[in-house]
Amino acid sequence: MKSRIKYPVMFVTLVLIQVLLLNQVNFGGFLNPYIYVLFILLLPVSLPRYQVLLLSFFTGLAIDWFSNTPGLHASATVLMGFLRSPVISMTTQRESEQSDYPGLHHTGWRWFVTYISILVVIHHFFLFFLDVFSFENFFRTLLRSMASTVFTVFIIVLSQFLIFKE
Amino acid sequence: MRNLFRFILHNHVFFLFLLLEILSFIFIFNFNHYQKVRFLNTSSEITGKVYDSFSKMYDFFRLPAINRELSAENARLRSILGVSGTPGEIADSLVSHYPSADYQFNFIPARIINNTVNRQQNFLTLDKGSLDGIKPEMGIITANGVVGIVTHVSPSYASGISLLNTRWNVSAKLSRNGYFGSLVWDGKDYRKALLNDIPFHVDISAGDTVVTSGYSVFFPEGILLGTVESFEKGGGDNFYTIRVILSVDFKAISYVEVIENIRKSEIENITRRNGTDEITD
Repeated sequence: MKSRIKYPVMFVTLVLIQVLLLNQVNFGGFLNPYIYVLFILLLPVSLPRYQVLLLSFFTGLAIDWFSNTPGLHASATVLMGFLRSPVISMTTQRESEQSDYPGLHHTGWRWFVTYISILVVIHHFFLFFLDVFSFENFFRTLLRSMASTVFTVFIIVLSQFLIFKE
Repeated sequence: MRNLFRFILHNHVFFLFLLLEILSFIFIFNFNHYQKVRFLNTSSEITGKVYDSFSKMYDFFRLPAINRELSAENARLRSILGVSGTPGEIADSLVSHYPSADYQFNFIPARIINNTVNRQQNFLTLDKGSLDGIKPEMGIITANGVVGIVTHVSPSYASGISLLNTRWNVSAKLSRNGYFGSLVWDGKDYRKALLNDIPFHVDISAGDTVVTSGYSVFFPEGILLGTVESFEKGGGDNFYTIRVILSVDFKAISYVEVIENIRKSEIENITRRNGTDEITD
């Protein structure tokens, strides 16, 4: 019952924070944090994978709609949603101890930071290279996506203390 | 057949993944043709409303800067008029009130409610739409120079591509000697762009002004684009690579003017006829 409201609220909040705040504040055009991916990262582990994929697609499209980039965020988020389950099973050692809800407090900070870092790296690298659509300025794009990844992970960890604490 | 079915069902996650990625890529590649895509852009009423309400709040905190911008523009316009030259003092008052043969451009004021500088293809959203007379392919400028061009309109909002868009270039010329080329953004720094197609024999120096050429139907001649920062001879071809500092600070624009070229269709018709003549003759 509670999750029925929790996830839609989280979705709307994250999309609005992304398009109204983070997309506007661009630090020298170099750092672009995309924290909306947190919505997919925080979905219950037991959620069927096809649902994760569909939710990834629509989350990406929502961001695309606001930033004039049809398909760009959708494709990066779908890739991330697809790899979420392999990454979870790769990083989890003891299945029984794992909570169904990823989070700093439920699943332990060490696992959580590893889990979000791997998926945010995948999402950001795919997104930045697809956006530039060439390997011409390879190292510049690499640096941009790395710096933004660090920033996104930082904001996500911070948000765990502030908002999605429960 | 049943085996194939079972195979797909067994790997349904992977096939759904493929399907969604293919769908996304269809969106990405279709969007390269700006005019064709009528959905998923910020001229829509919903995204427009969201940006509009937020930008009102944001603009409130920027009022001092906006005021400075506007008063600077007032000062500039007054200096063009001359100290005594208020419109009322012109001897023949008819001159200023009726369109002359040169009259070609209408200006519609608008406010930018969303703007990015950090992507390869940057876009902006305006708070005016087709109800205010805005149509696709109109130029967008500020007092400082060229901003972009309108691509999509809804009744009350419009979205456009900004000059900071690697897939768009502006016809530009050096105002000192009139040689023209194309100004294109290289996607790196939002304050700088490149001027191409200026041949080696042209005399250039740092600080030269770059303005619109007036050859495109989007902008009048002589709208400021920027100043030459540096230039070098590119390897291989016969043209300079000129780095231009843009005159517009794309991070701090809020009020703009949309330009309507009332002779646009006339010019386009005649250009098209020229093209066909060449083929038939």
